[in-house]
Amino acid sequence: MTLPSLNLLSQSILSGFFIGGMYGLIGLGLGLSWGLLRQINLAHFGFVFLSAYISYHMASVWGIDPLLTLLILPPVFFCIGVAMQWLLSRFHISPFNSLLVTFGITVMIESLIQYVWTADFRKLQSSYGEEKFTVGGLFVPVPELLTLMLAIFFAFAIWAAMRFTDLGKAMRAMAEDGPIAAAFGINQRLLSFLLSGACVALASVAGVCFALTFTLTPTQIFSWVGVVFAVVMLGGLGSAVGPLVAGIIIGVSEAVAMVLFSPSWAPIVSFSLLILMLLFRPGKA
Amino acid sequence: MKSLKRIVALAAIAAGSLGFLAGPAQSQQGSPVRIGSTLALTGPLSATALVHKLTGEIYVEDLNKRGGLLGRKVEWIVKDDQSKPEVARTLYEQLVTSDKVDLLMGPYATGAILSAMGVAQRYNKILIHHTFGIPSLAKYDMHFPAWSLGPDPGTTVPNTLFDALAAAPKPPKTIAVVTSKFPSVHFMSLGAREVAKKRGLQEVLFLEWEFGNRDFGPIAARVKDAKPDLVFVGDIGLEGNMLLEAMKKLDYEPPLHFHLYPAPGPMATAPEGKNALSVTIFEEHAPYTNNPVAAKFVATYNERAKAAGFPYAKVEVQAAASFTAWQLLEAAVTATKSFDDRKLADWLKANQVPTIQGTLRFDRGNNFGDDLMRIKQVQGGNWVTVWPKAWAAPGASLKMQ
Repeated sequence: MTLPSLNLLSQSILSGFFIGGMYGLIGLGLGLSWGLLRQINLAHFGFVFLSAYISYHMASVWGIDPLLTLLILPPVFFCIGVAMQWLLSRFHISPFNSLLVTFGITVMIESLIQYVWTADFRKLQSSYGEEKFTVGGLFVPVPELLTLMLAIFFAFAIWAAMRFTDLGKAMRAMAEDGPIAAAFGINQRLLSFLLSGACVALASVAGVCFALTFTLTPTQIFSWVGVVFAVVMLGGLGSAVGPLVAGIIIGVSEAVAMVLFSPSWAPIVSFSLLILMLLFRPGKA
Repeated sequence: MKSLKRIVALAAIAAGSLGFLAGPAQSQQGSPVRIGSTLALTGPLSATALVHKLTGEIYVEDLNKRGGLLGRKVEWIVKDDQSKPEVARTLYEQLVTSDKVDLLMGPYATGAILSAMGVAQRYNKILIHHTFGIPSLAKYDMHFPAWSLGPDPGTTVPNTLFDALAAAPKPPKTIAVVTSKFPSVHFMSLGAREVAKKRGLQEVLFLEWEFGNRDFGPIAARVKDAKPDLVFVGDIGLEGNMLLEAMKKLDYEPPLHFHLYPAPGPMATAPEGKNALSVTIFEEHAPYTNNPVAAKFVATYNERAKAAGFPYAKVEVQAAASFTAWQLLEAAVTATKSFDDRKLADWLKANQVPTIQGTLRFDRGNNFGDDLMRIKQVQGGNWVTVWPKAWAAPGASLKMQ
């Protein structure tokens, strides 16, 4: 093994931070839904990609600035999240069954994407995609930086909201013990709608960032499931900041493995970390 | 005797090709000839499978206008294998046992073709297939590849590439081989390493990644750090684009970059795809389009692909291989005047068949023939063949950064 140059190592670690930001942003809504609503929402990945495709369409076909879609899509997806929660609660879907139901929804979303945009590759070409600057000899691409900044912003905003607002406290109480929380006047049904809507809205934000950074193809949906699950479990279910931290740890670890050893070692990293976590800190993941 | 067979073969093809250009059919008799196949109409391979579906539809429609096969209309039954080899196997069983098709046509992609080959072997059916990437795995004696990559592409294809580069104004002296571990790609990249070594190129970097890799930033950084004259990228689908995008973010443009199986549209149209090299059997320019059958197919395909909303509406490797497969089937049926699988197979083994990609033969290892792979390059947002000179686009030559 030959040691890489400092510049190569630093650039790769930076790249790890950026991909970690994407992991964290996707994992944020998934982890909140899993931890607080007790729903393993696989459709979260479908919503990320649906948002990415709509963002692509709005920018490429209708000429809307991709960043403007960040203002348009979250409210729309919030409503979708509320509708999905209504559907799940209407039929009293258990946590395990939510995995199956939302898997079905994901497959339906994938089919919808294929129907509308075909299975071919789509790339959102925008001026932002070309933007980059250098800091101390390191190249910083703007779309990836934006993703990381949004991941940090939402992680801490949601952490603060959960900790310091009545709504956040009520959500935590609901997750802790629903019946007791209800006895204190907390409207579980309303809160679950709001939370589900917020999680799907977060998926839409991740989708816009995804479209800015990656070329789109419908079947990519499932290639992100494994690593983001690891991120959510490492970060802690229901945690706002945890997935971001775990995402960055995994992203940087993968990048370092790619530089020091071989890129083919990268996929082993996330699950090795998860297994270590389960071995040494059982119950935390 | 051999020359007599060849004349018969050429006559059969000429008759078929003239037919492709001819007008409406004569009367068709009897029940239709049913040809069964699967394609990955959904799933990860569906983008490319749609190319094969459109090509097959164009060919069968035209064939029927010309009178079908031996005067019988052709009915093409296509089932969706969902990009899953195990589903392809089940569906080919159905096609033979339940649908009772007269002939089989292969699916697209190596895994599905291998599955179909097993079924074809069980029922002694001839299987002509489109793009099978690992010749050493094709052991069935009645399979016929329409993609002419030869029996040992791991050696012959890199040699073609290095021949092309050796004739360039500034041949590369150092090489970085970076490759996906996707099965039909990986052995070609390992072959390229061996060939490069034998030809005296200094390897400055070798990297492998798992198929489905998401972050190409560190790989791009390592390539940039290694400063190779040539980057041999063993990629499939979007991987090459992702690597080039990551390089661009580091302000790095490799002097020469070769991509094994890139997604043709995204690579040709992406700004960072400029001067990308790859392999081909057919592109939309002379001398390929000097063949009137090819020219007619290109015109029809362009029109139909645009109407279907394909992002890349040009004929290249996949469509050409698919068209070739149908040409092979038609040639064999026309020459033998039979739908008997054994007779068709024997004829194909003994004869050479002119197609839109060149003349194919099947008398070498595992029924593969000559390696007809050529080198193409993205120039002005289009793929153009640059090597060998006999197949190069008019006025085209290899460009370097």
